[in-house]
Amino acid sequence: MVEWTEFERTTIQDIFSKMNYDVVGQQSLARCLVVYPWTQRYFGNFGNLYNAAAIMGNPMVAAHGRVVLHGLDKAVKNMDNIKAAYAELSVLHSEKLHVDPDNFRLLGDCLTVVVAAQLGAAFTPEVQAAFQKFLAVVISSLQRQYH
Amino acid sequence: MSLSANDKATVKALWAKISPKAEDIGNEALSRMLYVYPQTKTYFSHWSSLSPGSAPVRKHGKKVVAGIGLAVEKIDDLFAGLLTLSELHAFQLRVDPANFRILSHCILVVLAMLFPDDFTPEAHLAMDKFLARLALALSDKYR
Repeated sequence: MVEWTEFERTTIQDIFSKMNYDVVGQQSLARCLVVYPWTQRYFGNFGNLYNAAAIMGNPMVAAHGRVVLHGLDKAVKNMDNIKAAYAELSVLHSEKLHVDPDNFRLLGDCLTVVVAAQLGAAFTPEVQAAFQKFLAVVISSLQRQYH
Repeated sequence: MSLSANDKATVKALWAKISPKAEDIGNEALSRMLYVYPQTKTYFSHWSSLSPGSAPVRKHGKKVVAGIGLAVEKIDDLFAGLLTLSELHAFQLRVDPANFRILSHCILVVLAMLFPDDFTPEAHLAMDKFLARLALALSDKYR
């Protein structure tokens, strides 16, 4: 089981309670598709992804970014058993979506960059450490059911 | 993933905007690296302090960012331009190259924090590629 300090718990709850899911979801997914273009392979039916401007303005990307970000709520609400909370989602990503798990890391990095831009100076090293630890646990749980 | 002419132009333009804050960038990036990835502290056991923002961290952050500035100047031939630094890292410092990716990530986070409007997705893309190429040039002499 993952050990969380009081600071880490508070930080994660704080970040997500204040988060604008529409903005952060859209920005993170769009950024991921721009910075790591090979991730576009999973979104063949999303229409125009030909350049950064198209990706940033694409409504399907925005909608899906929101879905993905809300997927993190499961972890925020179940910090003491993220592994179990993500068992089904892990199977989904492996068996149905066939997503290479390295993509979780890429999206996680983009999410970190977007949250950093939102929080500015408030994204202290301590906050970053807590946030990245949280994402690492989520990513590890999402990878668990792959075989 | 080589740098296109557009990538190079984007990096140079971004660098021109952010270089006035070079010291802060270096300090923040290094401070974060040491704190968020404690295994990186193993290279600095000889420092009096490893806490974010302390004097040795700030001083070293300045040095690291100066190196990046040099790389921006030599962007058209990173391998030749960073030869001396590569030899330094290969034969004397012997920093595991995995750490270059860690520091690059911290630099990107700091740029997002300090320059949220300038660090657009396109700038992020160009910078990520540039730092990856820089890391490659830096590890060129390792073996």
